[in-house]
Amino acid sequence: MQKIEAIIQPSKLDAVKDALLEVGIEGMTILEARGHGRQKGHTEFYRGREYTVDLLPKVKLEMVVSDDLVEKAVQAILASARTGKIGDGKIFLSKIDDAIRIRNDERGGSAL
Amino acid sequence: MRSRFIQSLLLLMLFSSGLCFAQTTAPAATAAQVAHLEAQVAQAQSSADNSWMLASAAMVLLMTGPGLALFYGGLVRRKNVLSILMQCIAMMSIITVLWAVLTYSLAFDSGTAFFGGLHHLFLRGVGLAPDPDYSATIPQQTFMIYQLMFAIITPALIVGAFAERMKFSAMALFLTLWSIIVYTPMAHMVWGKDGFLNASLGGAFPCLDFAGGTVVHVTSGVSALVCALYLGKRVGYPREAMPPHSVVLSFIGACLLWFGWFGFNAGSALGAGGLATSAFVNTQFGAAAAALTWAAAEWLHRGKPSALGIISGAVAGLVAITPAAGFVQPMSALVIGAIAGVFCYFMVVKVKSWFGYDDSLDAFGVHGAGGTLGAILTGVFASSAVNPIFKDPKTGAVLPSGLIDGNWHQLLNQFVGVALAWGVSIVGTLVLLKFVDLVVGLRVPHEHEIEGLDVTQHGEEGYDFVS
Repeated sequence: MQKIEAIIQPSKLDAVKDALLEVGIEGMTILEARGHGRQKGHTEFYRGREYTVDLLPKVKLEMVVSDDLVEKAVQAILASARTGKIGDGKIFLSKIDDAIRIRNDERGGSAL
Repeated sequence: MRSRFIQSLLLLMLFSSGLCFAQTTAPAATAAQVAHLEAQVAQAQSSADNSWMLASAAMVLLMTGPGLALFYGGLVRRKNVLSILMQCIAMMSIITVLWAVLTYSLAFDSGTAFFGGLHHLFLRGVGLAPDPDYSATIPQQTFMIYQLMFAIITPALIVGAFAERMKFSAMALFLTLWSIIVYTPMAHMVWGKDGFLNASLGGAFPCLDFAGGTVVHVTSGVSALVCALYLGKRVGYPREAMPPHSVVLSFIGACLLWFGWFGFNAGSALGAGGLATSAFVNTQFGAAAAALTWAAAEWLHRGKPSALGIISGAVAGLVAITPAAGFVQPMSALVIGAIAGVFCYFMVVKVKSWFGYDDSLDAFGVHGAGGTLGAILTGVFASSAVNPIFKDPKTGAVLPSGLIDGNWHQLLNQFVGVALAWGVSIVGTLVLLKFVDLVVGLRVPHEHEIEGLDVTQHGEEGYDFVS
């Protein structure tokens, strides 16, 4: 069981969601986020005053999937979220010890 | 022209009632009929003028709330938006009560060259009969309520200079006193009976100010600069980014200002005749030209034309055309607007950063600078063909108005008006700020400023993103 966290361009959200559904990912959590990596920000001017906006809007997807689905999901995200330009985002993977469904105490893979 | 109109009406009536009627009517009855008709014509003109003036008064009030409130409200940070709205509506309420009991009389009663008298305290004698010195066709109460709207927006404009850091109590006390000490004498000098600068009622230095370039914009703008210098910078300025929290709100506010300005300028004709049309047309042209030149200056200078830039330009143009609106030709209005857009852009973008004062929302850069420029340019472009304001006292012949007519002397009068407005504003504002500082203190505590005025001064927030 692994957690996939993907930070992507907001404009790619629909494409990524569809691609994940296609490989069998049934649940995910989506957060509107702001941040920057190497891309840094852009400059804005208000009445001649210059502001560097270094935190750009992004979307963060979180999902926990069974081990056999991890690579498929990663490939789906890579294929659907990529524009090839700087600022496309990142994917982080981490091990998850357990999952519990609040409704009925189910644990492990069946709780996903 | 009116008597010609009555004559033709009368002829028409005589024909329609038959020749026999005309032969048998006694001369006395005809005279009575003429008098009756004249009264009806006067009544009709009064109704027409009054309806425009009441609409104009409402439009000028709309300029403060929500116009100016949203324009300024959008420019501050999210944590201070309500403080701006509160300060604007506080002016709408406080100045109204003050006007009723004191300041209308001080501004428009006949008195000395600098202050009005006290005969109209508590609006005594301000009824439905016109005051012919100001306008012979509208009730004096209409004139009074229309002028009140100017008295409201003027101190509200200053709010832009001390935004995000002044105590509500200090703001209320300061602007109330400011209205009495600075606005009222300036209004009396320029527009009041026997006023020192009054162009139509025999002032010593007849300063042309159609709708308040000196009275409204120079006084508020210059006082704003004094406030910004006296209060000092906001915490974190200019190191921290303080971008407008909603240019959308500012846009709505600016467009409401533009709309209301037709009441401000065209209403200053105090009637619904051709002069109002002149002022209306000039208002539109001045605003549009300045919007374009500000945006163009920004485009050349920074590479992009911005929404905030173009609305700031429009407001700058409206400010600059205000004193000139009822005196100049439409093409002159385009020129005045075009100059104002570039000039105010320069004042706001360059001059402010050279001197480093924190005029938070550019009340000086737009109103002080634009008002001063407009007042001077009025002396250049005023044309007696638009408004024959100067007449030979003996022959009644129309005299030239501005430089464009060949009356270079008018430039001097305009300088006197502007200089006086600067002087009264600087001295009055300094004295009052010192006084209010001693009595209640001007600035909120450091930590309150960081937390925001909405929560610390008013106990509420403009936006709730949770529920």
